[in-house]
This record gives sequence, C-alpha cells and structure tokens, in this order.
Amino acid sequence: MVWSEVVFQYDGTFDGFLCCVYESYVHKEFPIAFFGDEECFSLYAVRTVITQRDHAKRILRSLVQRSVPAVQVLRRAFLTCMEDKEVHLYAFVRKLYAEGVAFLKNQSDPVYYPLALAIRHMNGELEKLRGFVRFSDYNGVLGAEIEPKNRVLPLLRSHFCNRYANEAFFIFDRTHREILLYAKGQSRIFPVDQLQLTLPGEEEIHYRALWKRFYETISIKERNNPSGQRSFLPKRYRGTMTEFLPLDHERGNNRVTPPEFPGVLSVPSAPDGIPAPEIPQ
Amino acid sequence: MDLLDKLTILADAAKYDAACTSSGVRRGFQPGKIGNTSSSIAGCCHSFSADGRCITLLKVLMTNSCVYDCKYCVNRRSNETRRAAFTPRELADLTIGFYRRNYIEGIFLSSGVLRNPDYTTEQMIRCLHILRHEYAFNGYIHAKAIPGTSPELIHQLGLLADRLSVNIELPSEAGLQTLAPDKTKSAILRPMGLIRDQAAQSKAELVKYKHAPSFAPAGQSTQLIVGATGDSDKHILYLTQSLYRRYRLKRVFYSAYVPVVESSLLPALNSKPPLLREHRLYQADWLLRFYGFQAEELLSDEQPDFNPRLDPKCNWAVNHLELFPVEIMQADYEMLLRVPGIGPLGARRIVSARRISHLTYEDLKKMGIVLKRAQFFITCNGKIPAGLRFSAATLIGQLERIEQGLLPDAVPEQLSLFDNAG
Repeated sequence: MVWSEVVFQYDGTFDGFLCCVYESYVHKEFPIAFFGDEECFSLYAVRTVITQRDHAKRILRSLVQRSVPAVQVLRRAFLTCMEDKEVHLYAFVRKLYAEGVAFLKNQSDPVYYPLALAIRHMNGELEKLRGFVRFSDYNGVLGAEIEPKNRVLPLLRSHFCNRYANEAFFIFDRTHREILLYAKGQSRIFPVDQLQLTLPGEEEIHYRALWKRFYETISIKERNNPSGQRSFLPKRYRGTMTEFLPLDHERGNNRVTPPEFPGVLSVPSAPDGIPAPEIPQ
Repeated sequence: MDLLDKLTILADAAKYDAACTSSGVRRGFQPGKIGNTSSSIAGCCHSFSADGRCITLLKVLMTNSCVYDCKYCVNRRSNETRRAAFTPRELADLTIGFYRRNYIEGIFLSSGVLRNPDYTTEQMIRCLHILRHEYAFNGYIHAKAIPGTSPELIHQLGLLADRLSVNIELPSEAGLQTLAPDKTKSAILRPMGLIRDQAAQSKAELVKYKHAPSFAPAGQSTQLIVGATGDSDKHILYLTQSLYRRYRLKRVFYSAYVPVVESSLLPALNSKPPLLREHRLYQADWLLRFYGFQAEELLSDEQPDFNPRLDPKCNWAVNHLELFPVEIMQADYEMLLRVPGIGPLGARRIVSARRISHLTYEDLKKMGIVLKRAQFFITCNGKIPAGLRFSAATLIGQLERIEQGLLPDAVPEQLSLFDNAG
C-alpha cells in the first residue's frame, strides 16, 4: 500500500507531535505539513490528531529504546524556532526507525543537519540569556521579561531555579507568551497572555542607576568598538536589559498588577495550559 | 561621598584590568546560600560594554588610593585624581544587590595599596568575609593578590576567593625598573608560587577529606600590558608559556596599553592602544592552550613579532607547506587542529562523522569549518575544492585578503589597479 500525503493538525505540544508520528504509521500517511490550533487551509487531506497520552508514551518508549541522545535532540529541536520544525523532526524520526542511530554521529547528515543547526542557534541564545536576563525587585519578588526567538524558558528553568533558590521569581517570555514561576522550591511554566508590571520602588531605581553608571564607566573609550559590541550583544536583546532602558521603563506601559505570588503556584494544574516539556539535564 | 560617586571612581580606576571571566569552577546551589557559579565551562557574560568587552563580574577597586607611583598606572600616587574607598559592608551589599538582579556572576576585587599591602589585603578580606560568611554568598569571587602581602593573608584570601591573580603588568625586569620602581620581579613571582603551592596542597587534601577548605579552586591568572615597553611579541609569548608551565596559571590576559599619562618613558598620550598586537597575542595564547602549539613554533629570533597581516596559525601553516595538504578522511585529530579554519569542535565533528560517511566540502561547511581558509590546506577524498586556484607564490596574498575582512577594526585597503584578483 502506498503512503498518502496529508496535512496534520495537532495541539502544538511535544506529546501531540508524538501522536502525529503514531497516527502517521497507523494510517500510512506521510505528513507534508503540520498546523497548530489555527485554521488550516490546504488542498491536501487534513487529519486532526487528538493527543492521547498512551499513544505518545508508546512512541516515546520506542524512540528511547533506539537512542536516548536522539530523544534529547528531538526534545530540544522541538523548542527551536526552526521553520517547518515538525516536518524536519518527522523526517528525523523516520530515519531513526529505518536506519538506526549511526547518522547522529554526522552533523552534516542531510536529515540531522537542520535540527543540529537549529539547536546550535538555540544554544547560542540560551547562553546569552543566562547572562542577559535582568531581574527587578517588585516588592520582594524578582521579575524579568525576555523576548527570545526560541522557546527557551524550559531550558532556562534549572539554571535560574538553582541560582535563585531562596527567592521567589518569574520570567515572562513575551514572544511565546508564557511565564516561568518559581517559589519555595517549586517551579511551573504556563501560558499567560499579558503581563502587567507594577512600578519599581525606590531601592530598585537606586540599583538600576548604580548598574547603569557601572556599565557606562567600565568601558574604555579609547577602545570603542560598537561592531564588536553588536556581535556579542545583538540589539534584539537590549529591549529587556536594564542598562539600555530608562530607569522607570514600566511607566507608560499601562501596567498595574503584579502577578499573584505564590498563589499561582498552589493551583493544582494550570488551567487549559500547555505544560512545557520536561528537559532532562 | 555617596555610593554612586564611589562606584564611578572605583570602577573607572579598575577598568584597565582585562581579566573578566567567571570560569573554572562549577558550584551548584547549596541550601541556605545565595546563588551558584556558572554551569558553563566558559563562564557567563552578563553584558558587553561599548568597547565590546565582556562584563561578567562587578570589577572595582576597594580603594584607588595608592602608595606606589608606577608610571603607567592611573592610580599612581602622583596623579591628581579623585580618590575614594568602599567600606567592606557597602561593597558586599552592592554585590548582593547586583547579583540578585542577574547583573553579574560575582565580584572581581582589586585595590590600590593603602598604607601597605597587608592593610589593603585585610580590607579586602573583610569585605569578602562578609559576603561569604555573613551573607552566605555562593557566587564567583576573583580577588587580586597584592605583591608584598604576607603569606598568611594570601592564604585567607584564597580560602574566600574562587580565583586569585597577581598582575605582572610589565613583561620584563627592565620595564619594571623604569616604570614601576617600587616593584621587583621576585616580589611579583613570590605570591604566584605561593598560590600555586597552596592550591595544589588544597587539592590533595580535598582528595582525602571531603570537607577540607578549598583554596582558589578556579586557579590563578595574570595580566601583561602590551605596548608600554619595548618588549617583543616573542618575549611576551615565551613568558606566557613558562607561566602556564611553571606556575600552572589558568589564564594570561593581555591588555593593550592605553596612554593615560604624559611621560617621556611611555608612548605619547595621543598614540592608539596596540589592539591588533593584543588580538594576535590572544590568538597565539589560544594556540598554546587548545591547539597543542609551542611558543617556539610561532615566534623565533628570525621573526620576533607577529605578522600583522596574517593570524598566527595561518602564518605558521604557510611556513610549513611541506605538511600540507592534509587528507580530511585520514589525518589524525592533532593534525586536523593545525589546519587554519579548523578548531577543536570542528575537528571533533570531522573525526566522528568520517567513521560513518564520506565527507564532502559541503559537509565540512555544515560542520562549522571555515572553508575560506581551510580549503588551501586540505583534500577531501583526495580532491581539492572545484575551481580553487592557487600556488605557493599566490597563497600568502590570498590568505591576507581573507584576513583583511576579519580583523576587529578592519581598515579597507585602497584597491590598486594592478592588484591581481583571485
């Protein structure tokens, strides 16, 4: 029987993607494109995939049996902003089933390369963000905003939960509209449409002023090198960094309420949230 | 004087120190303590200043008052400048405030010499003690060991810090005599030897007792000023190599001399800092530490200074054409590392991939090999890249043209009608 070409529509989660793999093999259907919840128009037949835990588990188990590192590649690549991400991931899964794990040794393998490249790009962003995330103290709670290209929150989670284990903090991802909350040894990631920040207090403004002054003073003007600075600290990161923002940047953004703390964490499961995939470190 | 003023003066006075890394130690979260150190091997950069340099630590002086009168230094006694000093607690609070906001990985504490080296070091220890023990700060601390400090105080400092450094600054005894008459080579090298020995002892004890105190676990580093004296690149690089070998240094930093003071003994005030020279030294330093090169291979009496038009690796390769081309499918890892355009990561990827696949030039590009440079020195399955034309005579010119676009502050060269393309 010949495989027919279809378009898959699924819920955008990693488990959902695994279910797509499952359905594809069950129905002998080859996905040429994937859509999320948005309406999809296509000349091809559309299969809507309902996420079912046991199907996802079955696929995951079979993948883990073949190679744990391959599953890590899949999980990481799923968080990247690569175009047609699912198509590349699907090709990767098929090759893994068909040929085994050897091609993972070759970064230039035509099926592995797009994933490897996207992960390299994401790792670069991650490394930068570990340093570039800027917290502000909002009445004892630390808060930060980021605008990453990739969905990095699940990967920043362990670093910041470790660093600020004694604090309560949140990081809001403006691009993907999700938030990481941490308090008292527990962390959670869930979608948030909009975040309204309270105005900073006097002490916060004082520290911002000190940091801005340090930042300007530490540069040696005889060595001025804007292009070098731009390549290490691209402009797209600067919109959330204290040293490039006015002292009270929250003002005028019609922001009022701080996120509830730590009440949000005690909700047993986030309402209709997409739980971010756990990343084994 | 308020804190903002102090910070301005004491950061300004510290900015010529090039060392700003938070690498060399991985310490996770510990219950009851604040923070951790970076999980990455390379440390963590928190920002980049307008000069393109990484900011990872709160780099300040305890005080910029100094009893010494080193000619090259902004903090010398005879310089008329505003003086300030942090109190230990002030600085500890500032560090915590910055660390909580993820501005920094920790603190890099240095100081001018107030009264005498021991008194100065005691002030630094007091600040770091508040940080480590009162505030339970678990982040990164880099402290400067001041030459002339007594061994007991250096020992205490090392127990509080992750990294210690002693700056040599002037690469030769002659330079010291003219520019820093209060310092001698042996006074600088003594604490370095001390730090090396105590770190080794602490490591040995940690093997035996789990809770033995660790002394400067991220090792020690130093800084050499480039261009304040007449020392050649060869002298500086050979010195670097012997520091790595004899004193087990983790890093040697180079700082292009920025003329800050009018002196007949120093470069004129309007002369530009020798940034290209500094860049070449860093490139060569990398070759020593990660590529298996020896200083003697890079510079010699015949060529005591780096070629400004070619990076040290290319320069070495064009002088050893008898070793090339290298066959990608067969050359061992060490030889791959010697090919211009191939780094440790690329070499590892090649070694791993060639076991299962015949590699093409397209594949190499995907692995992050800089083919622009590597193409002249390799064959892939016995073939050179299609369309590549060069001879031993044209090679240097071709490489120089590539290098031109890569330099940090490349000055476009005027094109000549007779410049042969290709």
